[in-house]
Amino acid sequence: MAQRRVWLLVTVVVGTVLTLASTAALAQQSTLDVVRARGHLVCGVNNGLPGFGYLESDGSWSGFDIDYCRAVAAAVLGDPNAVEFVPLTAAERFIALQTGEIDVLIRNATWTLVRDTDLGLNFAPVTFFDGQGFMVPRDLGVTSLEDLAGASICVTSGTTTELNLADAFRARGLPFTPVVFEEIDTVYRAYEQGRCDAVTSDKSQLAGRRAIMADPEAHVILDETISKEPLAPVVRHGDDRWYDVVSWVVYATFFAEEKGITSQNVTTFQSPDPDVQRFLGQTGGLGAMLGLSNDWAIKVIQAVGNYAEIFDRNLGPLGLPRGLNRQWTDGGLLYAMPFR
Amino acid sequence: MAVQLSTGRRGALWRDARVLAVAGQIVFVLAIVLLAALAYANMMRGLERLGLRLQLGFLSLEAGFGISEGIAYNPGDSYGRAFVVGVVNTLRVSVAGIILATVVGLLVGIGRLSSNWLIRFLSTVYVETFRNTPLLLQLIFWYTGVILKLPPVRQSLSVADRVYLNQRGVFLPRPVPSETFALWAWTLVACVAAAAAVYAWRRRVALREDRPGFPFAAAAGVLVAGAAISWFALPSAPLEWQVPVLQGFNFRGGIQLSPEFAALLLGLVLYTGAFIAEVVRGGIQSIPKGQWEAAQSLGLRPGMTMYLVILPQALRIIIPPVTSQYLNLVKNSSLSTAIGFPDMFNIGVTIMNQTGQSLPVFGLIMATYLSFSLVTALIMNWYNRRFRLVER
Repeated sequence: MAQRRVWLLVTVVVGTVLTLASTAALAQQSTLDVVRARGHLVCGVNNGLPGFGYLESDGSWSGFDIDYCRAVAAAVLGDPNAVEFVPLTAAERFIALQTGEIDVLIRNATWTLVRDTDLGLNFAPVTFFDGQGFMVPRDLGVTSLEDLAGASICVTSGTTTELNLADAFRARGLPFTPVVFEEIDTVYRAYEQGRCDAVTSDKSQLAGRRAIMADPEAHVILDETISKEPLAPVVRHGDDRWYDVVSWVVYATFFAEEKGITSQNVTTFQSPDPDVQRFLGQTGGLGAMLGLSNDWAIKVIQAVGNYAEIFDRNLGPLGLPRGLNRQWTDGGLLYAMPFR
Repeated sequence: MAVQLSTGRRGALWRDARVLAVAGQIVFVLAIVLLAALAYANMMRGLERLGLRLQLGFLSLEAGFGISEGIAYNPGDSYGRAFVVGVVNTLRVSVAGIILATVVGLLVGIGRLSSNWLIRFLSTVYVETFRNTPLLLQLIFWYTGVILKLPPVRQSLSVADRVYLNQRGVFLPRPVPSETFALWAWTLVACVAAAAAVYAWRRRVALREDRPGFPFAAAAGVLVAGAAISWFALPSAPLEWQVPVLQGFNFRGGIQLSPEFAALLLGLVLYTGAFIAEVVRGGIQSIPKGQWEAAQSLGLRPGMTMYLVILPQALRIIIPPVTSQYLNLVKNSSLSTAIGFPDMFNIGVTIMNQTGQSLPVFGLIMATYLSFSLVTALIMNWYNRRFRLVER
C-alpha cells in the first residue's frame, strides 16, 4: 500500500516538473510560432466600445480594433476568423499581455513612454490618432473646461485619461472630483444616471458611447482636446519577430489605401509599380522575411480591406471625421514604411 | 514483533514500510520545495524577459491621478500616499461595517427566535434573502438600482433643510465647536468620572444584594443627564451645526457620505449582518432549555433572562464564528472596485496599471489585508479568552 502511494507521488512530482519545464520552454518561443502551433490568435479587446471593440447582442464581435485582430490572424494563419477575442477592462489589459494570457492587445490603448518601458511592452504603429475630450449633458450649459470647476467627472481607472484629467485640472488650478470605475459600462451608466456632471475619455470613445445612449441628442462633446491619444496595438517587449509581424500588418492596411488596393480588387490587382508587386508577393519574397506566406498582404486586405474600408465600416456610422487619420498624401499622419 | 520481523528478514530497502514512510515524506517536502523554486525561477525569468524589475522605489513617484474621497491628497502626491488613502478608506468602511453588522446581526438573530410571528417572519425573509444572493450583485443593486436612482442634486430630498439626500450621496449637518465648547468638554470629563463612580457603586450593590443592579445603564444615564444639563446651562450651545449648502455643481460643507461609500457600507452591513444573525441564533439555541426554565423559575422576565442568563453563555459560542464574519467583511470590502469606491484594492489596481509593477503592488495589497485580518483575529481571540467558560 505505502509502496504504491510513494510511486504514485513520485510519478505526480515528475509529471508536474516536466509539464512546468515544457511550459517554460514554450515561453521562450516567439509568439508567432505559438500562434501557428495553436491554430488561432488570442486577441485582447474591448467589449463595450461601439466602433472599436463591441460584443453585439447576437454574440458576434465588431469594431475597428476587432478588424485589426482579424487582419493579424489572416496574415499569420490565412484565416481572419481564427481569432479568440478576450474582453478586458482597461485595468486588466496590460497584465493580461504581460502574463502571456493574450498574444496581442488591440484595445484602444494609448502609447506612452511608461508603458513602452516600465510595463515591458512594445507598441506597433498607431492605428488611430485620438485626443481626450469631455462630454456633458446639453442642458447643463457647459461650453468649456473652466465651466467644469468643482464638477464630479466620471472616468475609467487605469487609463491615460485618468492621468490627463488630473493634469488638465491641476494646470488650470480648477478643483474637481474624479469618480473612477473599472468597467466602461459602469462609467457611462453612472454618467447617464447623473452621478457625474461630465464624463471624460478619448473623443472617439465619447462619440461611440453617445451613439448607444438612451438619448444621444441630450449630450454634447466639448470642443476642447486636452491630450494626444495615439491608439496602437501592443505586444510584449523582447519578441521582435512577432512585433514585426503585427507592425507590418498595420502598414499593409495603410499601404493598400495609399495605392488604391481594396478588398474588392486585391486578388485581381495589376500594377507596373514594383512596390505594389512586392506588396502583393509577386516579387521580392517579403512574406518569407516576416516568417509569413508570400500572399500574406492579399489575405489581410481580402479579410478586412484597406484602412479606409476599416474606418468607414466601423467609425463612419459614428460620424467621426478622418481628421489626423488621413493618408500622409492628404495631410494626415498615416504613413506606411516602404515595402522593399 | 514488528521491529524484529522487518530487521530479521533481509528484505530489499524499498519493501520496508518504515523506510518507505520516511522516504515518502522526504519526497513530499522535496517536491514542494522544487515546485516553489520552479515557480520562483519562472517568475524571475518572465520578469527578466519583459525587462521588469522587482522593487518598491516607484512608490515615491508622483501618482498623477485623482481620488474621489478620503484623507488629504492631491494628484501631485506619491503613489505611496495614494495607497495610504486607500488603506484608510478600507479601514473606514470596515470599522463602520463591523459595528453596524454586529448591531443588525444581534437584533435579527434574536428576532428570529421571537415569539412574535411578524418579527420572526420578517427576520427570516431578511436572512434568507441576503445570505443567499451574491454580495457583488447586492452592491451593484444598492449602487445603480437604489442610490443612483435618487433625485439629482438640484431636486434633493431634504429633511427640514438640514439633511439632504440625492444621487451624489447623503449630506448631514456637521457639528462645529463654538467658544463655549472647551467649558462643556471639561464638564463632560467630570461627567465621565461621575459615571465611572456610579458604575462601580451599582456593581458593588448588585454583587452584594445578589440582584441585577444595571450598572451600565445607570452610568450611561448619569453621563447623558450631565451632558444635557450642562449643554442647556451654558449661555450658548457648545456645538453649532454647519449645514450643507448647494454651491455650483455640488453641496459644500457638512458631513458628506458619497454614494459609493453609502452603497458599499449598506451592502456589507446587510450581507454580513445576515450571517451574524444566523450565528447569534445558533448560539442562543445551543443553550439548554433548562437554563431558560431555571431563569424563569427564579422570576426573571424573558428580556432579563436573555440579557443575564442566555446571552453571556451564548457569547462564547458566538464569538469565534463571528470573528470569521468580521474577517470576511474586511476582505469583501475589496468588491468596491465594482462601484468605484476608492478602497485599498481599487487604488492598488490603479497603481499597478499606471506603473506596471503588478507583483510588488499585489504583494503590498496582500500584506495589508493579511495584517488587517491578523489584528482583527488577535483582538477577537483576546475577547474570546475573556468570555471562555472557565472550567472548574
